[in-house]
Amino acid sequence: MSLPQRKTDIGPPHYKQFLPPVIQKNYGQWKYHEVLDPGTMVHVAESGDKIYTVRVASPRLLSTDTIREISDIADKYCEGYLRFTSRNNIEFLVSDKSKVEPLKKELKDKGYTVGGIGPRVSNVVHTQGWIHCHSACTDASGLVKAMMDELYDYFTTKELPNKVRLAVACCVNMCGAVHCSDIAIVAVHRKVPTIDHGRLANVCEIPTTIASCPTHAISPDPAKKSVKINPDRCMYCGNCFTVCPPIDIHDPENDGVAIVVGGKVGSLRSNPKFSKLAIPFFYNEPPRWPKVVAAVKNILETYARHAKQHERVGEWIERIGWEKFFKLTGIEFTFQHIDDFKFARETFRTAATFKW
Amino acid sequence: MSKKYDTPLLDELEKGPWPSFVKEIKKAAKKSERAADELGQVEKSYKTKRGYWKHGGIVGVLGYGSGVIGRYSSLPEEFPGVAHFHTVRINQPSGWFYTTKALREMCDMWDKYGSGLTNMHGSTGDMILLGTNTESLEPIFAEFSSRGWDLGGSGSAMRTPSCCVGPGRCEWANIDTLDINYALTQEFQDELHRPSFAYKFKIKTAGCAVDCIAAIARADLSIIGTWKGDIKIDQAEVKNYAKNGMDINAEIVDMCPTGCMSYDGKKLKIEDEDCNRCMHCIAKMTKALRPGDERGATLLIGSKAPIVVGAMLSWVVVPFIKLEPPYQELKDLIRKILEWWDENGKARERIGEVIEHKGMRSFLEYVGLPPVPQMIKEPRRDPFFFWAEKDLK
Ligand code: HEM
Ligand code: HEM
Ligand code: SF4
Ligand code: SF4
Ligand code: SF4
Ligand code: SF4
Repeated sequence: MSLPQRKTDIGPPHYKQFLPPVIQKNYGQWKYHEVLDPGTMVHVAESGDKIYTVRVASPRLLSTDTIREISDIADKYCEGYLRFTSRNNIEFLVSDKSKVEPLKKELKDKGYTVGGIGPRVSNVVHTQGWIHCHSACTDASGLVKAMMDELYDYFTTKELPNKVRLAVACCVNMCGAVHCSDIAIVAVHRKVPTIDHGRLANVCEIPTTIASCPTHAISPDPAKKSVKINPDRCMYCGNCFTVCPPIDIHDPENDGVAIVVGGKVGSLRSNPKFSKLAIPFFYNEPPRWPKVVAAVKNILETYARHAKQHERVGEWIERIGWEKFFKLTGIEFTFQHIDDFKFARETFRTAATFKW
Repeated sequence: MSKKYDTPLLDELEKGPWPSFVKEIKKAAKKSERAADELGQVEKSYKTKRGYWKHGGIVGVLGYGSGVIGRYSSLPEEFPGVAHFHTVRINQPSGWFYTTKALREMCDMWDKYGSGLTNMHGSTGDMILLGTNTESLEPIFAEFSSRGWDLGGSGSAMRTPSCCVGPGRCEWANIDTLDINYALTQEFQDELHRPSFAYKFKIKTAGCAVDCIAAIARADLSIIGTWKGDIKIDQAEVKNYAKNGMDINAEIVDMCPTGCMSYDGKKLKIEDEDCNRCMHCIAKMTKALRPGDERGATLLIGSKAPIVVGAMLSWVVVPFIKLEPPYQELKDLIRKILEWWDENGKARERIGEVIEHKGMRSFLEYVGLPPVPQMIKEPRRDPFFFWAEKDLK
């Protein structure tokens, strides 16, 4: 069978053809929205038209069979229109109010998880992990699954003071927005990479390998026609491994994950913030990482008990102070919490006005 | 296809209420040898706590340098189905709206050539097709492109731009995020598909400061909608919120970061000159408050994740720009920005890092932006400032 004629640089299909008619008609003319329940919201247009959104979680990794199944559901209730969110939820867009409840019923009957709207946990933004990335020092999908099984009610029913954005990154590249999430897991190495000198000489360009190191830990080792690594300078970022495979940073015994907290991207009330270190290390414990899951839950629930309404995790911590955060959560404070990277001094305390 | 591997560890992740990725791999594995071997290899990772993917080699389709990420198993004898397991990035439609017809077509094509596994979507935004071999790449591209789909960006190129749902279904959108996203994607097709940059360049467009697309944290160019002029207040709706139990002073007025609101039990007042347009009050009283009439965007530049020198958030470089089709001013500005980066950046240096070492002045002068107080949180604290010849009069 011959292939169709290929075309280049046409860009994506124009979005207009995928918008439900009620959206085409009221595009840019939305007046307000209401969250009707944890999985349903309605947007009301100036014209009075309404569109209902029913949101369900997805594991991001989807088989074509599942995509066909959600397509069947969207045909039945949504005239064949649906969308995905930037947090990997699936949104069924319903123009006919009478179809909302039957849709939700069918979704629940088929085992879909409806929720994620309003002041609660939404879907977890995460990266590829062992499923597909060479850099991964943990799995991401498995961590998310284990964590969300435990936090399920915070997606489907329970309220929190505000939204809590969870994220998982399977290495410090952080392909997901871990560095600005309320509570996030990031995988870390803890040991200086090993070097296969025999292979390195054949496979890698030495100047590029040296240049890849952000802390200048790598220098030439002319005797071996290879390179050496100064352990005092290496901060285990894995950049050298990406550039030169015979430098191996994987270490199943010493790799694991850290938990960072308090980041946000929205500007509501306070400006966007980076996440900061809460717990420096857990060993990988597949398939369910019980200690990591328990630690995330502890932080989430401590926030839920203590934060004021509308406060995000980072806003709550800034109000009470980090010393209080460690006290309330019972998290141990260690040397790793005191910064010793580039902008360390910005993070040291410069007044005697701390709390006990 | 019959079951190929025992997967006791992954089976644990089929239990529990949250949707299971293991179920998805198993569904695909019923039809695809590739997905079956993927399952086997991931089970092995769960046992040994390490990954088995080699570095991506260079693979792609004719005439493109981007859009396909090479992926090879380091255990090809043990798991032949994933010996090649390349990723194909398909450029998503703005806002991730689809018809089921389009999705089914995509599924059919992918079942024919790939593993039947997808990411809907990758964090860059693309529709990610996970797992095919080198020989299938040209046929996949021919099938997809003949039906109106194109590849996204990867490598040292412009990355697939993405945007929030915006005017499609959000009353807070100050700009037409979907249209801007589409227009920029079209404008920069060459930059998207033929890597010629020092490193990646991401553009993300959010309709307002809520930033549902995380533009400020993840995009080299972050476009964030905003407004000028007074927030519009519907006092009758304010009354309704109060009547329905909202404590307007505690939840709205006291939480306003600029302290520019007041409420005397009857009327809500805003000193708009002091408002910084943070969106808190509008987001919480969505029926009563609306942004002012003069809509546009703030442009910020430089955000990135920690690798290599630490994470950055984007910096304000254009406090306010009107964004109306054909967005010529924006396109010209982006070209200027890319030009400056090209001239000054070293390999694998993001534009934020280049600005850090070359200085903001060099950047601003080149692209033709005057210094304004909105660009900074506070002026410098040290006396070590530079003077150019032309400053000395
Ligand atoms: C397309 C999918 C999404 C939709 C439809 C959506 C919708 C919304 C809406 C309506 C709000 C405001 C709700 C309120 O305050 O009452 C909101 C807030 C927020 N969204 Fe999203 N969102 C999406 C994806 C994301 C993603 C991917 C992120 C981050 C990576 C994100 C981050 C946030 C944050 C941080 C807030 C709260 C801002 C704050 O309180 O500081 N959202 N989203
Ligand atoms: C040394 C630096 C980096 C390397 C070697 C690297 C490598 C990769 C690779 C190989 C992939 C594709 C994974 C796959 O689809 O199989 C990827 C995806 C991605 N990277 Fe990176 N990356 C780096 C830095 C970053 C940084 C700093 C960011 C964010 C600012 C980032 C954001 C992303 C995103 C968003 C994706 C898409 C992930 C997805 O599809 O879900 N990367 N990266
Ligand atoms: S975070 Fe690291 S390991 Fe995970 S997908 Fe990104 S580059 Fe790969
Ligand atoms: S892991 Fe990072 S810091 Fe350590 S030697 Fe490699 S590149 Fe340098
Ligand atoms: S960023 Fe603003 S305009 Fe865009 S979807 Fe979020 S709330 Fe709406
Ligand atoms: S938008 Fe923010 S700063 Fe402006 S009045 Fe509302 S809460 Fe205050």
